[in-house]
Amino acid sequence: MGGRAGFFEVEILDWKTKKQLCFLDKVESNATIREIRLMFHKLYPQWYPARQSIRLDPKGKSLRDEEILQHLPVGTTATLYFKDLGPQIGWTMVFLIEYTGPLFIYFLFYFRMPFVYGLDERFTSSPHPVVNLACICHSFHYIKRLIETIFVHRFSHGTMPLRNIVKNCLYYWGFAAWLAYYINHPLYTPPSYGKKQINFAVIMFLLCEAGNFSIHVALSDLRRDGSRTRKIPYPTKNPFTWLFFFVSCPNYTYEVGTWISFTIMTQCVPVGLFTLLCFIQMTIWAKDKHYTYLREFKDYPSLRMPIIPFLL
Amino acid sequence: MASSEEDGGGNGSVEEKENGKKRRLGAVATAWLICYNVAMTAGWLVLGIAMVRFYMQKGTHKGLFRSVQKTLKFFQTFAMLEVVHCAVVHTSVLVTGVQVSSRIFMVWFITHSIKQIQNEESVILFLVVWTVTEITRYSFYTFNLLNHLPYFIKWARYNFFIILYPVGVAGELLTIYAALPYVKKTGIFSLRLPNKYNVSFDYYYFLIVIMFSYIPLFPQLYFHMLRQRRKVLHGEVIVEKDD
Repeated sequence: MGGRAGFFEVEILDWKTKKQLCFLDKVESNATIREIRLMFHKLYPQWYPARQSIRLDPKGKSLRDEEILQHLPVGTTATLYFKDLGPQIGWTMVFLIEYTGPLFIYFLFYFRMPFVYGLDERFTSSPHPVVNLACICHSFHYIKRLIETIFVHRFSHGTMPLRNIVKNCLYYWGFAAWLAYYINHPLYTPPSYGKKQINFAVIMFLLCEAGNFSIHVALSDLRRDGSRTRKIPYPTKNPFTWLFFFVSCPNYTYEVGTWISFTIMTQCVPVGLFTLLCFIQMTIWAKDKHYTYLREFKDYPSLRMPIIPFLL
Repeated sequence: MASSEEDGGGNGSVEEKENGKKRRLGAVATAWLICYNVAMTAGWLVLGIAMVRFYMQKGTHKGLFRSVQKTLKFFQTFAMLEVVHCAVVHTSVLVTGVQVSSRIFMVWFITHSIKQIQNEESVILFLVVWTVTEITRYSFYTFNLLNHLPYFIKWARYNFFIILYPVGVAGELLTIYAALPYVKKTGIFSLRLPNKYNVSFDYYYFLIVIMFSYIPLFPQLYFHMLRQRRKVLHGEVIVEKDD
């Protein structure tokens, strides 16, 4: 382990070729990985810190910025491995792009742009009130998400690979276009149970949006002090957060609820399909998060399930 | 892609693995797989013989599909079991799933459903390719499981595809293309608006998308098989040198 107040030497090798990419001498023993990343960046300007994966083993996990050199299992000459993660994009930018797309794409169909339903139907409007309601709900959902991205969320990892953005946008934007096409179609059929079905759906929608927002605020408050470490979220005075008694990721629970309500409101199979895929994806994310919590905290509440109380 | 000899069949137990590790199967699993592969080899042999006999007796391919369709449908549909076999033999469920699905699609959703194209030459093309491919593949798996693999079967498996695969793809694409006008006319498997589910599906355009999807998929699978071939047959040469 590192000397008392001495200096370390740090060599950084390419994870695949094992070629020495740089040799840093006179590195402070209490230097953080963040500082090492900055030093590496000076030598290789094209590899900014966010795309550097620095690890102890060639195929190991990336070291966090906060890690301190002398606390790592290395000798006074530390050997670290570098992998280029490729161009990165910040989470905030990712979400802004991913959420603005569906918002405006939906409008193309709602206002019946000429190229969408043909020239005869251009700029006409639907005789069904539920179609206007659906547009309001869909837009509200994405505007809320944009506001949360800018003002509420505090992200733990700064970035994600740039190539993912194309894949994600294709998926979210594509689905938005597909479901907007049918809801705003001139031959759209309103829900079979009429006003009862629509009103029920609207109430469920509003409750789930409020719930989702409450959870986001609660999670954000856990990091009010600016830290990026994980803490166990607990229910607050807000009744919507009481779902924390039963699930680890109530934000995902409420999100699925929102989309179920939107499916009921529009009675549209593409919306149902999108809801199903959201549910599957969020269950995977929730399970990941849940097991991470269980690993990190010995006193994690045992009643909690990942996404559906008592079930999943 | 239906005529692909991709290893995803999941019935060869041993040499199929890319890392060459021998993997033990339980006695029950081995017994079942041997029975399965023997039965499938026999089934496709019967099918092949029936096809040859029909052509020798009638001198034409017209009506051939109708005469062999029951056997074809039985054995090709039964092959769906291979997806389950993947769990035991540890091959990719995704690859096997895609392969079996494309076969089921060609048999049931094209040739069976759109009767007007059953006498097309392209149908015979892919039927012949499938028959030769499957007889080779299933006998390969059978001998593998019995640990007595004649070299010519291995040679066949890793060389026939070079011709058979493109020919099979041609047969499938031509068949789908021939089916298009009938699909447009009858609107089969399609759902029009308005309906209470607020969704529509146009089988005609779906088929066109399928046809275009062969463009990226076919080269990938073909070159994968070429690489497998080099590895398996090339490896064989090296062993001989050491002797």
